[in-house]
Parts: sequence; C-alpha cells; structure tokens
Amino acid sequence: MDTIFALASAPGKAGVAVIRVSGPQARDAAEILCVGKLPPRGMTFRSLKTAEGEILDQGLILTFEAPKSFTGENVAELQVHGSNAVVSAVLEALGKLDGLRLAEPGEFTRRALMNGRMDLAQVEGLADLIDAETEAQRSQAVKVMSGVFSQRAENWRKDLIRAGALLEATIDFSDEEVPVDVTPEVNELLSKVYDDLKVVSSGISTAERIREGFEVAIVGRPNVGKSTLLNALAGREAAITSEFEGTTRDVIEVRMDFEGLPVTLMDTAGLRITDDFVENIGISRAKDRARLADVRVFLVESDEDFDIEIMPDDIVLRSKVDLSSSKENGISGLSGEGVDALVSRLTTTLKGRALKAELASRERHRVAISRAMSSLSSAMELLNGGPDTYDIVAEELRDSSQALGMLVGKIGVEDLLDEIFASFCLGK
Amino acid sequence: MKHFNADVVVIGGGHAGTEAASVAARMGANTILVTLKIDKIGVMSCNPAIGGLGKGHLVREIDALDGVMGRAADAAGIQFRLLNRRKGPAVQGPRAQADRELYRKAVLDNLQNQERLTIVEGEVAEFLLGGNKIEGVKLADGQEISAKSVILTTGTFLRGVIHIGETSTPGGRMGDAPSVKLAEQIDGFDLLIGRLKTGTPPRLDGSTIDWSILDQQPGDDDPTMFSFLSKHPVARQISCGITHTNSRTHEIISKNLGKSAMYGGRIDGVGPRYCPSIEDKIVRFADKESHQVFLEPESLSNKTVYPNGVSTSLPEDIQQAYINSMVGLEEAVILQPGYAIEYDYVDPRALNASLSLKSIQGLYLAGQINGTTGYEEAGAQGLVAGINAALESRGSTPLYFSRAESYIGVMIDDLVTRGVSEPYRMFTSRAEFRLSLRADNADQRLTPLGIELGCVSSNRKDVFLDKRDRLTVGMDMLMGSTFTPKEIESCGISIKQDGKKRSGLDILAFPDVEFSDLHCLIPDSEELDDEVKLQLSRDALYANYITRQQRDIDAMQKEERVEFPKGFGFSEIPGLSNELRTKLERYRPENMAQAAKIDGMTPSALTLLLYHAKKRASESKATAT
Repeated sequence: MDTIFALASAPGKAGVAVIRVSGPQARDAAEILCVGKLPPRGMTFRSLKTAEGEILDQGLILTFEAPKSFTGENVAELQVHGSNAVVSAVLEALGKLDGLRLAEPGEFTRRALMNGRMDLAQVEGLADLIDAETEAQRSQAVKVMSGVFSQRAENWRKDLIRAGALLEATIDFSDEEVPVDVTPEVNELLSKVYDDLKVVSSGISTAERIREGFEVAIVGRPNVGKSTLLNALAGREAAITSEFEGTTRDVIEVRMDFEGLPVTLMDTAGLRITDDFVENIGISRAKDRARLADVRVFLVESDEDFDIEIMPDDIVLRSKVDLSSSKENGISGLSGEGVDALVSRLTTTLKGRALKAELASRERHRVAISRAMSSLSSAMELLNGGPDTYDIVAEELRDSSQALGMLVGKIGVEDLLDEIFASFCLGK
Repeated sequence: MKHFNADVVVIGGGHAGTEAASVAARMGANTILVTLKIDKIGVMSCNPAIGGLGKGHLVREIDALDGVMGRAADAAGIQFRLLNRRKGPAVQGPRAQADRELYRKAVLDNLQNQERLTIVEGEVAEFLLGGNKIEGVKLADGQEISAKSVILTTGTFLRGVIHIGETSTPGGRMGDAPSVKLAEQIDGFDLLIGRLKTGTPPRLDGSTIDWSILDQQPGDDDPTMFSFLSKHPVARQISCGITHTNSRTHEIISKNLGKSAMYGGRIDGVGPRYCPSIEDKIVRFADKESHQVFLEPESLSNKTVYPNGVSTSLPEDIQQAYINSMVGLEEAVILQPGYAIEYDYVDPRALNASLSLKSIQGLYLAGQINGTTGYEEAGAQGLVAGINAALESRGSTPLYFSRAESYIGVMIDDLVTRGVSEPYRMFTSRAEFRLSLRADNADQRLTPLGIELGCVSSNRKDVFLDKRDRLTVGMDMLMGSTFTPKEIESCGISIKQDGKKRSGLDILAFPDVEFSDLHCLIPDSEELDDEVKLQLSRDALYANYITRQQRDIDAMQKEERVEFPKGFGFSEIPGLSNELRTKLERYRPENMAQAAKIDGMTPSALTLLLYHAKKRASESKATAT
C-alpha cells in the first residue's frame, strides 16, 4: 500500500497549513524530514529539512498510530507556516521519498472509509465535499490539457502507443509475419519522449507563481452591458462597446491581477439566436469558453434563461442598475456602481480555490514526469539487450505510460492492439 | 417419460462443455453432459492446434487445475513448438499441432472414465425455471433433467448461419444443425445479444500436395509439453509445409470480392482482426505482395491438410482457383470448402465473475456464447463455470479468479467488466502482471487452489507438493545467506564493488550469471535438480519487477474485497448522475474494482459507492449478531 500525502488544510495564505501523510511509511517519512525519531503517537516541535539538509520550516509534527487515526493508517501531520512557498517545498520533499505519492482526489476519505474509520452517519454530505475537491482539480487538469501541454501530450501519447505496439507485436505475434527487431524505432520514439519530458520537467517548479491564472467569463444577452463592465473592470477600452446588439463577435480577454491572483476576464459574445454566420460562431465559442471558465458572472435584465448551467460559485447580477431605482444585487459598468463589490466577491471565491488545486496538479505533474523519465531511461538501457529483453522493456514502458496517464490519458491494451492491427497484416 | 436428477447439467460437448463437465464431476457433483452427438465431443472445428502466445498460458492454467485440455493435447500432439523461445520466460508460449482424431479420442476417453459424469445424447429444447432460478432442462424428446445448476456452452450453434459465397445455410458447424429453440428462450431473458462471425479455410487432400518443393517447418528438438504431468510426446512427430500467396492468388481474389459473403454484404457479424479472411488481408494490406500459408496436417491417420492463413467465404470454385494458384498446391483437391459462420453471443457484462447470469440464478454461460474465440479461451471458461456450478450445487460461495493470479482471471475480468467488440482472444499483453503470470509457474499459482477445491487427482497433488518442497529448499538456499562484492568476485562473477551485500537470488538476477556460477558461493546448490534450478533462475530474473508490481496488486485486491451484496440498490444512491446510475444498474458490478472500470466512473462516485457498500456491510453485520 502506498503512503500518500497532501495539503489537508484550507488553501490560501494562513497562519498554519497542515500537510497530512498517511500509510505504512508515514512516520518514516516524517522522521526523514525532521531528521530524528518521533513517537508513534504524540506531538513534537521540530525543524524540517530537505534531503540536502536545507531548512524548510519549523513546525509541529503530530503522529498517530494505526488504527487510531483519521484514515485508520499510520498518519503524520505536519503543521507548518501557511505560505505557498513553504507548503510547496514540503510537498516536493515528500514527493521525492521512495514509496510516497501525492494523494488522489478524495483518497484520504476513501482510505478512512475502507478502514471503517469514518462515522458513517456523519458523512451523508460526503459527495458534495469530494465533488468540490475533485471538481477544482479536474477543471485544473482540463485547463492544463487544453493549454500548454496539449500538443506535446498528444505526441507523447502517440509515440508511447507506437513503441508499445511495436514491442507487443514482436511478443504476441512472433509466429506471424512481423519484424523481429524493432529496437531502433522504439529507441528513437522513447528518446524523443524522454528528451521532451526533460525540457518540460525543468520548467516545472512548485515555487513558480500560478501560471495559467483563473478565468472569469462575463455572460449575458446582447447589449446587456458586458463589454462596458469589462471596460470598467479593466479601466481601458478593451472590448468595442456600442449600443448595437452583437458588437462583440468573439471572445475578448483582459488579464488582471486580483490581490496577487492572476485572472483573465473574458467578455463573451452576447447569447442570442441569430442568422449571422460569423456571430453564431462567436456565440458558440463564447458558450464553450464560458463553460470552461472557473467562475461565470451572469448579467441579467429580467429572468433570462441561458444555455449555460449556473454553478454554485457563479455570480448573477442585475445589469444597468444605474437606470433602476432598486440597487440590490445590481451593477453598472457605466456608473461604476457595484463594481468594487464584484471584485471583492470574485477575489474571495478564487482565493478559496487557488492554491490547493494548483499545488496539487503541479506537484502531480512533476512526480508523474519524473517517474516516467526514470522508467523510460531503464527501458532504453534494456533495449540494448535486443529482442530477448523486450518483455522487460515492455514492463518499463507500461510503467511510464501509467505514470504519464494523467497527462496523456490512459493507454490501455486496446490502444496497442489497434496500432498493431493497423500496422501489420496478422492472422494465419 | 424418463426423468433424471443431477447436480450440474452441461449443455454442449465442445471445449468449454468438456472442461465444465469434467471439473464439476471431479469436484464431486453428479454431472450430466448433454450433447447432440457423442462422437463430436472434443472436436476441433477450426485449426488443428492448441496453445500459442497467451493461449498456451491458459492451457497450462487449465492443467494446473487438472483440466482435460493439456493432457489431451500432449497425447495428440504431432508437432510441439515453444513460441518466443529466445525471449523471457514470461512471454514464452507452448503450442502444439494436434492430431484431430487423437485429440477427440483423448477428450472422450477422459470424460467416459470420469466418475459421476454421465453423457446423454440429445438436444436441449428448454430451460426449466422456477421464477428466476434454474431447475433443470427439458430435452427435445420430452425427457427432463432436474439440476441445481446448468452450464450453457453453445459455441457457434446459437442461430448459427454458414456462408459460402452467395449461399447461406443455417448451421452450427459444417454438417450440424443450429440451436433455434434455445435461442428463442434466451431472447426472453432480456440480455444484450450481439452477432459475431468467424471463418475457416478450405481443407485440402494432402496426397494431392507436392510436398517435395515446399519449405518445411519442423517441431522443437526438445519439445515443451502442456501438462505438468507429461514428460514427452506420444504420437509420431511431423513437420508442416509452408507456401505463399502470390500476385495470381491476389488477382483471383480481388476479381471475385463481390462473390464473397463478407464483401457482398451478406454478413453483419463482427470478425476478429487477428484472424482475418484472405479477402480481408488482400483488401486491407493491398501493398503486400505475398502472405505466408502454413500447411498443417490434421491427422496421422488421414490425408486432410489445414491451410492456415487463407480462411474465406468465397464460392467453392473461386476457392479452388486461388488454392491452385499457389506453389505446391497446383493440383491440390479441396475436401471441404472454407466458410464463414455467424452466430449469436451474449454481452458478457450480463455475467458475474463466476460466469453465472446475474438475472437467472444457477445458469452459467461459457465459451463462444460469451463473445470469445479459441479452444483455450473456451476451455478456461468451461473450467470456471464448472467449478462454480459445482460449488453452487453444494451451497458454497462462488470462486473468483483474480487478474493478479491468472490469465483465466484476466480474461474473465475483461469479459464481465468491459464486454467485447470483436471475438475476444487472449494475448500476453492483456495481462498487466505478465511477468509473474508465467506458463512455467501456473502450477504454483493454481494447483494449491485445485487441492483446496478437490478438483485435482491425488497423483497431481503428490507431484505438485514434491516440486514445491524442492523449490522451497532451493529458495531457502538462495536467500539463506548474503555475500559481499569481494566474496562474489572471488567466485569469478564480475560485480561493482559497492559494498552492498547480495543474496544468491540477487546474484542470479544479473544478466550474465548462470545458475552454475552460484555453486562456488553456495556449494549445496549444486545438488538441486535441473527443474528447480530453472525455476529459480526465472524467479530471479523478474524478482525486482514483481516486487514493484506487488503494490499495484495489493491496491487492486483491496478494491476487489469490497463487494456489493446481491440486490444492492445502485439506483437508490443519492448524488450519482443518471448516466452512472443506469450503467451500474445494467452491469451490476460485484465489487469496487469492477465498478471502477465502468466507463465514465468518477472518483466522487466511487467514494459514494464505497460509502454505501461499507454501510450495507456494517448493517448486515449488525443484523447478523
């Protein structure tokens, strides 16, 4: 059973952050970090150090012995200072220990359930809890996939499938007309992926500022005041505003900084039914972008219905409140009423989501990539043995595909078979 | 009217049916095997060979549980070849050409000598049901057999249709009628029924082949047997001939594609991609100028030859023409034309991992009816169904085979959790724990289970326990002491002077170390017998990888142990999406590991399922105490 770890406390700047480690090696891991023995159960104040001896932080270390712990396993909780940099560094140090990995979404809870440690009556609301936790990570992963990694990840996937298929074809179809020695092509494919991973891994640092930032989409009917609001928020004429419906035919983005949090504000094409071909493209693009955004601000004049689901953290406001006598829950980009309130609401919401998902996914990528690189390099070394060692090369390749699964998608035996049957004429 | 009583009834005497009937009887169940014709028991309807890559593993596993197939293949083998001989032991697959007649006889003998097993010739016309529970079967002549569990192995007989060129005839195999009545009753069970197809080549008269100008493929000098109890081949050994298709062959086939049942659009079923017809090969790989054709003698006692590689559904005259276009076959006479056959299969996701239907208690399905192809796949399922039918008949809980322990487990899990999109065949690449699931250690993996189930003979038990004792002695010897790099080097083994102490097993894992190199370090090891030395060397080769895989295995088995009880209300769980709820109700996973494989499953949904499974378990515990 793996030992898992993750940030367990609420994200964001705080006095204390709690990092939970659970599993058979929990205490060992904590002892390595604080360079000394810890009691099976108790509280100790220690300095935490990296493997190189560099001090990370000072903090309280709580140890619990199975089965009397949250998860029912051996648990260590590291209470450190709640800064992004400290938390990142501790997570990274833990991730480097053999046998430890970052917890999957909801995994602590699942282990607790598995081991009968949760009071079942109290966890009726569990689904919501887990959903919130995983949803943030999922949308983060989707964003990463559709962002910087997408083309690269797609190529890795293709190359890994091809390499696996070549190896498996020589193994599973050796009594048919398939090549016997595929070493050169496999080697080339694996080195390509390896070199690429190397470049990417050097760019990933947990201490790095959140790179992608959050996306906030402004959604509403044409001429409801979306562009005006964006301009008021951005303080400049970013989107063309006019009083004719359908002025914004594409998605217009403005990058801003909300108390240190990078946010991309998107002004989307007005949602309406139209025969204008170009505008229709804009509208459908707007809907897609709006759905993918982290938060949506809906501007409404009356009880309009949008084709986009309103999520729990979304904000619905009455627009053009400057023309109305009731100011409740309203906003006006023109007069500036309600704009400050909106900014502060958005900041609170986004901060709540910020760190945990980001740290987790970044650390996850780093761990995945380094595991993949290590098995790829073993695979390439073993390839020197030629066809006789393909059984072990294939095993290393399987391990690395599994590690990269979260970036490239799962590679299953059916993917390999598809490639094999497409490439070779098989069947006696 | 006569009326019989049985614990287990097996319908069908093919490879699934014979294994099922045999194992049920071995386990002590009074078993009746109903087959259309006794002399068709154990017939190899397709190619005259057993084993191969992945398939050879299955045969070894069947044998480890004392099944029929391995011993019959050894008795009938006329050419043995170990595939991938030069590659690692995990991917080596034993294969044998079998004499069709000897094989059939070996299987029939085995069944006829099996205590508690009765063979009845007849056609099952109807299942006898009491609500959703099977109570027996009714034969076409009106006889009834009551039974606690029934195993249905229809092969290609369920609404089978044979296609040769533009003619289509109902039939389960050349010369045999299809099962239509049963098919209609099965329709009423509300199962997802699909259509698959497979094909065979024309059979040739060996005396009309010019063998003198053909290349020959001989068997291995040192034959590898299937059964852990067999030592050497019994039948006379032969070689196969090799010829090739050529541009003339391809021209004949391309010109007449429209007459092929498959290309003429008369077949709806999905065929296997790894066993394409010659039409398919020529269309899909048009730039390939020639394909290999193996000429495999079907028997020592008759002239029939199986040309492996040219299965077809073209009309007979075209078959004759393309056969005669090949070198050595210019004068060859076709004894029986090739044909394609379409048949019904049941979406195997309707099955529990015991191979019983989720919707009808006591009714088991095994073999091609579950969407698989191949004798070995069928035999292995027959074994699983037979074991579980016997267990059920005595009121015991079902036995599940895990992916971590056997290819049988891999296959069953693939079938019942993922279903099939083409006839399912075993490959070694399907087994993620391939390095530990080897053909050479099938007995160590499964025979202890067989002893526990009571399905292995006392002879096999003795042979196995003796081997295990010898292995334990050997392993203790290798693990008993550790050596410094200096000590190791002094025995002539080159090693990094890293100060790390190593066991005999560690040293044996080095690529260039032979077992004999250890004699100097561990003098006693010289006394070990060759079988033990070979096995230990194989274990050493993969030891590091197997340790790494153990973590994955542990995680998987933990999930397998969380089971959903029968009648678990998937649809009543709040918080699940409608889509998942529908899928869960449709496929009714038996445990968390199966649930996790359902398409579209999310971590939060799994957590919910886990929560409710645990809750149910603690509730029923509370009621029990």
